[in-house]
Amino acid sequence: MKLNFFIIITYIFFVTSTYSNESQTKLLNVYKNLRCLVCQGQSIADSNSDFATTIKLVVQDQFNKGKTEDEIYKFLTSKYGEWIVYQPTFNKNNFLLWTLPYTVLIFGGFIIFLLIRKVKYNKDN
Amino acid sequence: MKISISKIIIFSFVIFSLFIFQKSLKINNNYDTKSLIGNKISKFQLFKIDSHDQYISDEDLKENKFTLINFFASWCAPCRSEHKFLVKLSRESKEMKIIGINFKDKQNNAISFLKELGNPYNFVGIDLVGKISILFGVYGIPESILINSDLTVIKKIIGPIDQIQYDEILKIIQ
Repeated sequence: MKLNFFIIITYIFFVTSTYSNESQTKLLNVYKNLRCLVCQGQSIADSNSDFATTIKLVVQDQFNKGKTEDEIYKFLTSKYGEWIVYQPTFNKNNFLLWTLPYTVLIFGGFIIFLLIRKVKYNKDN
Repeated sequence: MKISISKIIIFSFVIFSLFIFQKSLKINNNYDTKSLIGNKISKFQLFKIDSHDQYISDEDLKENKFTLINFFASWCAPCRSEHKFLVKLSRESKEMKIIGINFKDKQNNAISFLKELGNPYNFVGIDLVGKISILFGVYGIPESILINSDLTVIKKIIGPIDQIQYDEILKIIQ
């Protein structure tokens, strides 16, 4: 009887602590992706400023209400603009930022391919 | 004259970089939340500073032609400098109601602050932990938000209200 009670208590403790660690990790990820607007180069996770403390409270509230990470970012972006998130969403103002590296990569690959082919062609002749 | 493809590519790349550079120079890099102008305010519930039984919500503001929502605190020095303009606004404009939101302050200090400098507010609410300020995109105080009866933001003042801002507010509401 005592052993059963001990097992149940240990199980409940294990489940609740795992759940709480998981939600803490999720919250920390959100904080890390949010910029502290009143600090120099710090994220909300790094800062202890008044603004960061308030944002942490609001994120916790939204998280407890069952909002997803994306919904939280969307809410804060609607209030503070794209600047508050470190990873901005794809839009017409930043499409170059997102597409240029891939374009350069593909274009560069194509140039390398042409050069190799040219060198091979010259060697063969 | 034979022009090699690589020269065209390098030339295009330089022209493209100069174009981006020139365009970036024109962009204003000073951060503010004035992009909220034209948007509707969020739903909120604001409790009165000296009574937790009384509160106002966004719905109550629809009755006013204009509402100026002002975030202030007794510990904030620029709030003192703008207060005289708020008092003047409250006297001169019957069309506009002023709502004060006391930000992360002690109740007694806030009440003393209003006793000392005058109370220009039609309602003084309390935002103890700052959660309401986030709904209005506030990141430092003082900040003031002018809305119309549709609850649309028509002006956002970041920092203290000065003579220029005061004149602009009067121009909008008259």
